[in-house]
Amino acid sequence: MGEDVRCRIARRAAQEVSDGMVVNLGIGIPTLVPDYIKADVHVLIHAENGILGSGPTPAPGKEDPYLCNAGGYPISLAKGGAYCDSATAFAMIRTGRIDMTILGALEVSERGDLANWIVPGRRVPGIGGAMELAQKARQVVVLMNHLNHAGESKLKSQCTLPLTAPACVNLIITDMAVFRVGAEGLILCEIMAPYTAEQVIHHTDARVSLAEQMITIP
Amino acid sequence: MSGLNKVGTLVAALSHIQDGSTLMYGGFGGVGTPPTIVKGILEKGIRDLILIGNDTGFPDIGIGKLVTAGRAKKVIASHIGSNPNAGFMMTAGTLEVEFYPQGTLAEKIRAGGVGLGGILVDVGLGTIVAEGKRQYTLAGASYIVEPALTADIAIVHAKRADHLGNLVYDKSGRNFNPLVAMAGIFTIAEADEIVAPGELDPELIVTPGIFVDMVIQSEGVPWKWVWEKTSAAE
Repeated sequence: MGEDVRCRIARRAAQEVSDGMVVNLGIGIPTLVPDYIKADVHVLIHAENGILGSGPTPAPGKEDPYLCNAGGYPISLAKGGAYCDSATAFAMIRTGRIDMTILGALEVSERGDLANWIVPGRRVPGIGGAMELAQKARQVVVLMNHLNHAGESKLKSQCTLPLTAPACVNLIITDMAVFRVGAEGLILCEIMAPYTAEQVIHHTDARVSLAEQMITIP
Repeated sequence: MSGLNKVGTLVAALSHIQDGSTLMYGGFGGVGTPPTIVKGILEKGIRDLILIGNDTGFPDIGIGKLVTAGRAKKVIASHIGSNPNAGFMMTAGTLEVEFYPQGTLAEKIRAGGVGLGGILVDVGLGTIVAEGKRQYTLAGASYIVEPALTADIAIVHAKRADHLGNLVYDKSGRNFNPLVAMAGIFTIAEADEIVAPGELDPELIVTPGIFVDMVIQSEGVPWKWVWEKTSAAE
């Protein structure tokens, strides 16, 4: 995925973030989201390695090895930020205090099932904090490529990979489109130019209905 | 004072760790894993360890050094993705890996450290994590029964320790350390700085010294952090 596409997805995801939220960001494109949050929207970024209120990447030379995000890369602390142990970091998640998690996925089903931790026999990075975040964050936003490396839809009528959590995803933002997860399958609500609704549906292996108001993202 | 003084040497610390020991470690991606103890285990040749901790570090960072050197026979963790060697060994059948959701792992360790038998947790219901596990219904809600975890030896990394074993951690280096410190039958703390009793602000002590059996002086981190390598490559 090109840098411009990654930024476009991150910019769209940032629109979902509203003032006062506590947000957890997965690794990859989600870490770009804070760059696109408007200046008058104040949020706390939660990191599962024990930071509530993490700040931007420090300038080169200003990194602190003991102030890293869950991916192991240096960050800073926002004003009012706090450190805690891992049990406390997950208490915040398990009790529903995280308003939104923005994370990547291998597959998402039309009922919002999420698969993002294991490809049996091929790749087993492990669960990390994904199960707690997917199951317990109030809103789950998935950012991902629409198609996998084989050109197959990552949006499925049913996930083929083991689940991270069932029926947990609220919104999916891909390089082609934006979907909400509805009671009757996915609702296509926005299309990333230059794709058309027909192309998006053609590349989506799930039940899709069209939103009443369709927006094209230039 | 002398009977309460827990400051020891690396050699003395390593004498408590045997081939086949169950070794619990603090750290997250290597941040907060005690580097001097890991180096000591590596150099002493201790093997067949059962490792319990959040992740397997990076190939040459944190507990990852022991995994890469083939010193572990089993790992209980939430994530191994940042250390491809762990994945290769798992696929080859030379390393057994038991996965838990990260928060569940933290609470299993915490339960061990606070003297509880286990926890009831609903994270992972409806996934393969729940398969084959005992479930329990309480007040109308379903939970997975997860037994507590303890270990023969727990190793933690603190920013400051006093002679009594009271510990203060360093920012995100805290992570699993306070939980791990409590769950060890014998807990060894490596500290960047060791001070006399009374030097640490009692309001700010995170791990009270009663949970710590030995304190040793850290020799610092012998590895390059993953982001240092990245910037060097750029």
